[in-house]
Amino acid sequence: MKAILSIKTIIISFIVFIALWQLIFITSNFNEALFPSPLNVWNALVEMVRDGSVFENTVASMYRFALGYISAVILSVFLGLILGWFKGLFKYVNPIVQLLRPISPMAWMPFIVLWFGIGDTPAVVIIFIAAFFPVLLSTVSAVGGIDDIYFKVSKNFGIKQPHILWKVVLPTAFPQIANGIHLALGSAWIFLVAGEMVGSQSGLGYLIIDSRNNLRADVLLATIIVIGIIGLLLDTVLKKAEKFILKLWGVV
Amino acid sequence: MYIEIKNAVKTFYQKGKEFTALDNVSLSIEKGEFICLLGPSGCGKSTLLNAIAGFDTVSNGSITIEGKEVKEPSRKNVTIFQNYGLFPWRTVEKNVELGLEAKKVPKNERKEIAKKYIEMVGLSKFAQAHPKQLSGGMQQRVAIARAFAVNPDIVFMDEPFGALDAITRMKLQDDVLKISKDENKTIIFVTHDIEEAVYLSDRIVVMTPNPGKIKKIIDVKLSRYRERTNSDFVAVRDKIFEILNMKHEPDIEYII
Repeated sequence: MKAILSIKTIIISFIVFIALWQLIFITSNFNEALFPSPLNVWNALVEMVRDGSVFENTVASMYRFALGYISAVILSVFLGLILGWFKGLFKYVNPIVQLLRPISPMAWMPFIVLWFGIGDTPAVVIIFIAAFFPVLLSTVSAVGGIDDIYFKVSKNFGIKQPHILWKVVLPTAFPQIANGIHLALGSAWIFLVAGEMVGSQSGLGYLIIDSRNNLRADVLLATIIVIGIIGLLLDTVLKKAEKFILKLWGVV
Repeated sequence: MYIEIKNAVKTFYQKGKEFTALDNVSLSIEKGEFICLLGPSGCGKSTLLNAIAGFDTVSNGSITIEGKEVKEPSRKNVTIFQNYGLFPWRTVEKNVELGLEAKKVPKNERKEIAKKYIEMVGLSKFAQAHPKQLSGGMQQRVAIARAFAVNPDIVFMDEPFGALDAITRMKLQDDVLKISKDENKTIIFVTHDIEEAVYLSDRIVVMTPNPGKIKKIIDVKLSRYRERTNSDFVAVRDKIFEILNMKHEPDIEYII
């Protein structure tokens, strides 16, 4: 019942949105090439599906995204566990992290292109940077916030390193780490498009630039919608996975 | 003597001021004894327990178990804490197996030992449950099973029932008493509950604060299974009230 209700609200919200869009299209006198109607965009989407360009470019984007995001998560969780454990070391690393963190990954683009050339790599590196810092910092803070009693119990029962890290620290800190991983997904997806707009010859970001160059506003908007839908799907899948693991571990 | 505490002193510095948590405490404990450290907060009972358990060190004096200086916690002496310290992502069974894993007990044997101790605390039905699904009293039972599963020589209990309601507390007191006698363990039990101390102990170490020290050690000469309303029981309780200066003198009225 709850699921049906939520589907109902989603459908209504989209119908109203598309109706408003259509209304603005009819009442305003923008050129179709500048402001496409819902129907124009739908036709563009059908065209993209027919010629397969939407799948081709989505696959290219997903490959880069998976590579950049997953490697960032693995490395930042690993480093976060170590830096969270060795608080003294983190004191020296933290100022540098705080300095690098607010810099948009896109600022590194010129260097990235110079160092790694064009192709898949620039987008992968941009995604990596976008995901790395949120996960690193949430992991460090999760490890730092572990209740002392777990360490007392471990010490008492003679649990030694590296078992303390894998059997005690990682599972205790996991809910907060998972939260960081989840947040990083959003920012990494945002920067995928940005990364592909500069250095790539394929992918959803490239499709945006390409449709701009061809003055195809309908394709452009269709691509934007596809990006939104995939982002939403990724978020939903990760949310479900997070909940599933937490439930399996009896945390919630 | 099994456990020997000689002139133990513990001082802290708080805001530049010296604070004496333990002032020249000496105590000997025999194997198999059930000892309660009893006193109001700030009397150093937890500090003393932490020092014997090896979580903390004394500033002066010595603490030895079987002649060996206590330097760090050991799995031969397990501590049960007030807030349980169960691992929330492990099931009851896996929590009880924790210490056995570190001892490198083979998997099958581990399962069997865990089963025995889970049964002992009456949680067989909940072996596959996670701690979050259990009440406070049940969680503390899991912690008790986990502690006894590694077959320790000494079990330390730091106000283990402080967070439980009165009826659950009494039930757990019975359980601990039974398990400790059945398994013949030495128990050092910290509490501020006078009745709890009288109910459980062979000897009660009454401590007072500012600075933390032992006021008196009482031999509880009652039978193993005690009635809380029995007059002998009440007499021991009375004695402790007196030691802690908590007895009110009856007002005497003169009528001329």
